[in-house]
Amino acid sequence: MIILFFLSSGLFLGWSLGANDAANVFGTAVGSRMIKFGTAATICGLFVILGAVVSGAGAAHTLGKLGSINMLAGAFTVAFSAAVTVLLMTKASLPVSTSQAIVGAIIGWNFFSNTPTDYSVLTQIAGTWFLCPVLAMVFAFLLYLITRSTLKKTKTHLLTLDYYTRFGLVIMGAFGSYSLGANNIGNVMGVFIPSSPFTDLNIAGLDFSSTQQLFLIGGIAIAIGVYTYSKRVMLTVGSSIFELTPINALIVITSSSLVLFLFASRGLYNWFVSVGIPPIPLVPVSSSQAVVGAILGIGVAKGAKNVNFSILGKISIGWVSTPVIAAIISFIALFFMQNVFQNQVYQ
Amino acid sequence: MKLFGKSKALIAEIDSYHRVIQQSGLLFYEAIREYLEGKLDLFEDRVIQIKKVEIEADKLRRDIKHKLYSYLLIPESRGDVLALLETLDDVVDMTHKVSKNFSIENPIIPESLKREFLLMAEHTKNAIESLVEACNAYFTNNCAVNDHINKVFFYETEIDMIEERIKRAVFKTDEIDKFSRQVHVRYFAEKMANLSDVAENICDRLSVFVIKRKI
Repeated sequence: MIILFFLSSGLFLGWSLGANDAANVFGTAVGSRMIKFGTAATICGLFVILGAVVSGAGAAHTLGKLGSINMLAGAFTVAFSAAVTVLLMTKASLPVSTSQAIVGAIIGWNFFSNTPTDYSVLTQIAGTWFLCPVLAMVFAFLLYLITRSTLKKTKTHLLTLDYYTRFGLVIMGAFGSYSLGANNIGNVMGVFIPSSPFTDLNIAGLDFSSTQQLFLIGGIAIAIGVYTYSKRVMLTVGSSIFELTPINALIVITSSSLVLFLFASRGLYNWFVSVGIPPIPLVPVSSSQAVVGAILGIGVAKGAKNVNFSILGKISIGWVSTPVIAAIISFIALFFMQNVFQNQVYQ
Repeated sequence: MKLFGKSKALIAEIDSYHRVIQQSGLLFYEAIREYLEGKLDLFEDRVIQIKKVEIEADKLRRDIKHKLYSYLLIPESRGDVLALLETLDDVVDMTHKVSKNFSIENPIIPESLKREFLLMAEHTKNAIESLVEACNAYFTNNCAVNDHINKVFFYETEIDMIEERIKRAVFKTDEIDKFSRQVHVRYFAEKMANLSDVAENICDRLSVFVIKRKI
């Protein structure tokens, strides 16, 4: 019971991730009524869990290098601080990402526990925050140009195109959900890994590590978030914030999913290393910022003069403000947890 | 896969609908030609044929509408497609209405104006053909729609000029002695010109739909 209580802050982070970020994957498809919410939620929930359990370790490992939180109460407080930061900044209508909040909260723990922060890892992580929307922008730009010229050449019928787009939205939605689970599970459960209360299991010859068990629980929390609260967010995303044609929505989902996958896939990482290409670090990134980058990419490819680049500026402010606020909240919360609630938060 | 089959069936129905619209233009031209040549029996057969085409167009339109909504197809452009199909139906209705009026009222077209009336019918047929090509392009090749629309605009302008020539000539000619008959001929010139106006209006809407469909 106590274990579950300590995990609750991570589970809450997972729930809010499911409620908000599922819309980045399926929002336009559901909002434009190309796919029913029930279908989208089932695919999303299933693939988020799969991504988290199968490929979640890479990005979570990098977070672990930033700060290895070795007590369960400490992990609870760090995840809780990140959740509070996200909540406060969302209330204040400031751009925020769970990935950046959790990094700040971990640094807060490092300061509190006098653990030296590995600045090379921090630089690497901060670098990916910049790289994430930019890469999504480049992908979307290229995909848009390829799609446009293909459609011109193939003269596909409007109805056939509608069918292919629906099919693509389901496939890419599944891929996007997998990538979201793989990339973002580190935010939700990463801080609990060193103090994981679970033991490694072997079920029918298959290894099921304690980390995977943690990720399974986190993945389920995300899936519950998708089922219980994401419908409203999806409808808002699909119909009012940015109106995209279904084909452009497919381009946005593909681009942002590719980016999330790049930052989560250990296989791809190893392949880059084996062929001598500098690998893309495995780090949790923000799916919302990837989506914004992809939309800007389409805007640039269309040659639109009114592309609002100031939104990138707003995002970059969040790169600094979110971790700083999260670090401060985390430091204060750890102080209370240790001195008021008498729980050891580090060893 | 089920949806793919339904999409295919609907594509076939939309193609049939376009063919029916085009057919109404061809039949209209033949009907007017036969009327002007005085082959009234053949003309009456054409009017019956146009009526059948009109009934078929109505049936296809209702069926397409039902399928688009039942299977939730093309949600983002469904409204535009339905508006397009509804207004295309006006073309068939008009060809039937005008040819039926010829059949009921038997206007006496002066010999000197028959050529102009025939030319008007020919341009109307061409305008309907270009309109159908524009609609086909809307579904398959968005970039080519404006080329066909421009042709419709061209024929509509030509028809307006012919209409004016007929109106001026009919009140000057000695071939018609009664004012009422002069007005009658003018009325038919106007009704025939209205057909290309309908085609022009559809093209105006279509040009907006094309912009909306650009990815």
